[in-house]
Amino acid sequence: MGSLNGWTWVRAAICVLLTIFMVAPLAIIVVISFSSAPFLRFPPPGFSLQWYRSFFGNPVWLKTLSISVQVMIPAALGATTLGTMSAVGIARGRLPGASLIAGLLMAPFVVPVIITAAAIFGMFRAWNLYGTLLGLMIAHTVLTLPFVMATTLAAMRMVKPELEDAALTLGATHWSAFWRVTFPLILPAVLTGLLFSLVISFDELIVSLFISSPSVRPITVQMWSDIRGSVDPTIAAIATVLFSFSLFVMLIDHLYRRSSAKRALTSESS
Amino acid sequence: MTYQSLAQGAGPRPWPRLWWDGFLRTARQLDRRAWLVVPPLALLLVVFVYPVGWLLLRSVSDPIWGLQHYERMIERPVYLHVLWNTVVISFTVTSVCLAFGYPVAYTMAHASPQVRRLLVFVVLIPFWTSLLVRTFAWMVLLQKTGVINDVLIGIGLLDQPAALIYNRIGVVVGMVQVQLPIMILPLYTILIRIDSRYTQAAATLGAGPIRNFLRVYLPLSMPGVATGAMLVFIISLGYYITPALLGGGGDVMIAQLIQMQIEEFGNWGFASALSVVLLFGTAVTIGLIYRIAFPKELRFIER
Repeated sequence: MGSLNGWTWVRAAICVLLTIFMVAPLAIIVVISFSSAPFLRFPPPGFSLQWYRSFFGNPVWLKTLSISVQVMIPAALGATTLGTMSAVGIARGRLPGASLIAGLLMAPFVVPVIITAAAIFGMFRAWNLYGTLLGLMIAHTVLTLPFVMATTLAAMRMVKPELEDAALTLGATHWSAFWRVTFPLILPAVLTGLLFSLVISFDELIVSLFISSPSVRPITVQMWSDIRGSVDPTIAAIATVLFSFSLFVMLIDHLYRRSSAKRALTSESS
Repeated sequence: MTYQSLAQGAGPRPWPRLWWDGFLRTARQLDRRAWLVVPPLALLLVVFVYPVGWLLLRSVSDPIWGLQHYERMIERPVYLHVLWNTVVISFTVTSVCLAFGYPVAYTMAHASPQVRRLLVFVVLIPFWTSLLVRTFAWMVLLQKTGVINDVLIGIGLLDQPAALIYNRIGVVVGMVQVQLPIMILPLYTILIRIDSRYTQAAATLGAGPIRNFLRVYLPLSMPGVATGAMLVFIISLGYYITPALLGGGGDVMIAQLIQMQIEEFGNWGFASALSVVLLFGTAVTIGLIYRIAFPKELRFIER
């Protein structure tokens, strides 16, 4: 359909608009976070780090940041371990109804988060997990598990079971055959799952909003209550920090994938 | 292990005469690794399935058994209005996403590798940033003293700031930005697999570009349109953050109503009934779209 020249221009225009629409809001946040104006103004009159100072100098922000990190790390590790376990079990366990089990484990991704949040809130109050670090960790583990399982299961389906059978024939135990043959092959997917669950847990708001208390409060919940009050440029500074964190994690993932792809290529050719 | 898998593939297995016969057979052929699903499944059952089940049950049991919460939902115009809002906003967001997403996905599928990579990068940007950060960005842009109003007044297009936030415009703009990738990516994966020989054949047979697109290309792309639209629609139904921050009093969606019923009024029964409605709406949408958009004659595309 190359003859539709006018249409080609329309498409190009839409793609440019899309780029602006996607990038501009974030770019403006980053710019405003370095503003020297005493309130939100665009374009900013000058450069200053005052909003970062007001972020890192405020014990409330630092405490909520530390809560977020304390929740994120165990939750991501837990989700990665459990997600990988379920992927291996589903791919190799010869389970009847394996797809049903996989579907069930994906449920937290499909069910609207508000329902999950309300349900967990109700239960956690009864179980005395409301407003605790442990409660947040458990909830975030369940929320991020589907992502790890989905990526790892896709990788497991690419690894031929015969590879492990070959190792067994050559005298390896089941345990070492898994760790030395299958696991290295699915490792990129496992790490991607880990990184994703770190980011998802760090950015999670709705469930945390329900189950956190003023004394145990992740940074996103603190931002939420601040944003509702006023549009303060400190939030722009925090948003930039959060954004940089996600960007950094994605960059690691990208670099890791590239190097592992390169390694796979060189090992094939040698 | 290997023998078993060979035996399994050898032919149709005889139908088990007794249910426990089949059960024992299944249990015997289980690989030891099947046990690995037990801990994650147990966690999910305790922390997700049980609480959600408990929540949904309360719609008919709290404080007494009966359908009183559903009756209340239908009788009060306030609540019907929220349900209507939810559907209208979700539908608007889906339509806007489709209108912008289709040309972009088309360009991605038929562009040079460089342009394609750039567009994929742009489309994936929202995945890198939290919903809260992006919604905050729209607050900065859209508010009365915000960037867009400043620029429009600066140019002289407006005398006084336009109301772009705390109304429908704000909600739709914010939600579309978040949902566009969810429309574009499934659409793109279908468009890239459409065999260009179909459109070439149609052109050879005398179809003009518009007719060719409408009669050949568009029908072939329907599974992508359906998947993208369905995902955007069902995710929109449960939206909370964006309408809460960018919407006004008239744009309350069902998720906000659920939150309010629980946190402000402690009315679990009514919140639960709303959750049932939300979940039911989600399931019905999935079912409908699959029925409509995946007619049998298009199934070959999935291979």
